[in-house]
Amino acid sequence: MTASPPHLTAAAPAALDPLGNDRVAGARSQAGGRDQGPFWKRAPYLIVLALASVVFTYPFVWLISASLKPRTEVFGSALIPRNVQLSNFADVWDYAPVLAWMSNSVVVGIAAATTVTISSALVAFGFAYFRFPGRNVLFGLVLATMMLPQAVTLIPVYLIWNKLGLVGTQVPLWAQNIFGSAFYIFLLRQFFLSLPRELFEAARVDGCGFLGLFRRIALPLSRPALAIVFVFEIQASWDDLLRPLIYLQDTSLFTIPRGLKSVIDTFGQGGEQHWEIIMAASLIATLPMIIIFAVAQRHIIEGIATQGRKG
Amino acid sequence: MAAPTSVAATRRMTAGGARRTRNWREIRAAYGFISLWIIGFLVFTLGPMIASFVLSFTDYNAIDSPQNVGLENYRQLAEDQKVAKALGNTLVYAAMYVPASMAVALALAMVLNRVGRASGFFRTIFYLPKMTPTVAVGALFLLLLNGQEGLLNRTLRLFGIDGPNWTTDTHWVKPGLVITTLWSVGGTVVIYLAALRQVPKDLYEAAELDGAGSWTKFRKVTIPMISGALFFTLIVQTIAALQMFNEAYTMFFGGQQNSTYSNEAALFYVIYLFQQAFRFLHMGYASALAWLLFVIIMIITAVQVRVSRRFVYYEGERD
Repeated sequence: MTASPPHLTAAAPAALDPLGNDRVAGARSQAGGRDQGPFWKRAPYLIVLALASVVFTYPFVWLISASLKPRTEVFGSALIPRNVQLSNFADVWDYAPVLAWMSNSVVVGIAAATTVTISSALVAFGFAYFRFPGRNVLFGLVLATMMLPQAVTLIPVYLIWNKLGLVGTQVPLWAQNIFGSAFYIFLLRQFFLSLPRELFEAARVDGCGFLGLFRRIALPLSRPALAIVFVFEIQASWDDLLRPLIYLQDTSLFTIPRGLKSVIDTFGQGGEQHWEIIMAASLIATLPMIIIFAVAQRHIIEGIATQGRKG
Repeated sequence: MAAPTSVAATRRMTAGGARRTRNWREIRAAYGFISLWIIGFLVFTLGPMIASFVLSFTDYNAIDSPQNVGLENYRQLAEDQKVAKALGNTLVYAAMYVPASMAVALALAMVLNRVGRASGFFRTIFYLPKMTPTVAVGALFLLLLNGQEGLLNRTLRLFGIDGPNWTTDTHWVKPGLVITTLWSVGGTVVIYLAALRQVPKDLYEAAELDGAGSWTKFRKVTIPMISGALFFTLIVQTIAALQMFNEAYTMFFGGQQNSTYSNEAALFYVIYLFQQAFRFLHMGYASALAWLLFVIIMIITAVQVRVSRRFVYYEGERD
């Protein structure tokens, strides 16, 4: 619900088959469709893609390389540092409590992602399973809140946390997620709607309560969608700069983006011009996200891809 | 209010008296499930919206109680040079970034759509930058875009082009930021590729039979068939671009207690709002700023929806 893309969006995860069979087969038939022509026909496109890939990967490779270079070489274009200087990482460790920032970000991220996944799933199930007066109006309101710029509520929400004496703590960075988030509610509702209703009817006949329907049927069948929500929110939380700027003063409580910003202020622009340290810190901040991407790649890409399908 | 009950209600009609009680239980349960959102909406959205609107007519520093100043904040908005500057910067950036990102993403997605199974690998490559935290992206591109020694200008020099000072020259700061944020275009690529794969193959075959060339196929088949995805990204990207904060703030604003730095060419609207609210504690004025942004976003979105309605084609919409 904060910062940048994947969120602030609308999606229809139709491609995610709730029972998990269709997805692989579907992807394969699509990929194998029109365009799996003879190699010589695809070759020019592959060359274009290879060139584009170089452009897209180069800054990243350059970041790794710059983080290993001594101060005098850091701006250089050589990808292999003439002198590898691993001490940049030790310097980051010495000058800035990076480990504390990392663990702060992990704690805040897990708190944000766990709460938002559970609460959004509960609310989404309410909108998906039941027919009740006011449903369409309320769901329209859920969608409408996605259009609302964060700026409009920023100040009064700060005043609420201020009143509660929680400014200066990490609580305001995640606690709002207890109440769900519009985009995820929308995403999960679409998913729940794709579950066969007979499953729920059968369970009702067997005397299962509404909470049971949610816990024993909807949730277990929705693991891929829940994983998407969880990972998206981890990423959003890991990326959030505005709220840590507003709420955190104590350096030891900083999350990684806020910490990295303070490293930039100390060693970069108008500071001591130690860009190799900034590059090392940037790489440290990025690595956990790369690991998450490596693990959850399919979920992430599938989650993003579905946004365009139903328009 | 009574609209969406049709199917379930008719099916349950026969259950007679039992229907009523079951219905009430369902309604209670439904509101139980969505109660979290309702509370959150009231406390963290509707309440703050009202509060922010009221505050926009006051002078408030978060310590003393708010003083009613009537329309003074709004009058000040109109006269504040920095508001004009910030608004101009933001609109210029959005006007460059949104079309650029859509064009780049569409081009990449169309090429990806031509290579069959290999697209999975390249799609991953294009998406990877999006996993990089925006603050790290900002730091990285400060170096890459550096006027003298940055990688971009060194590369341009190989082609005999003398690149501008992307990070200091006021005319080039915003294009520099467009380049920075274009690096993370991968999300849009993934969306367009998914949409392109939904386009039925036979439409192209039919077009070819009618003698359509590649440009005609692109104009008359591809664009209409993915117009839903194009429209969706247009709206979302515009709203996001108008709220640009992270990269610009990382690269051009900050400092320590006694030495701060800033760059007016990168003064985006939300950055100015943030400074007013939380650096200078002009919370009333910042609330007025927020409402102006809200109105601007609504107007731009409404215009986009209006104009797009003529071009967006939804399958199954026309009977």
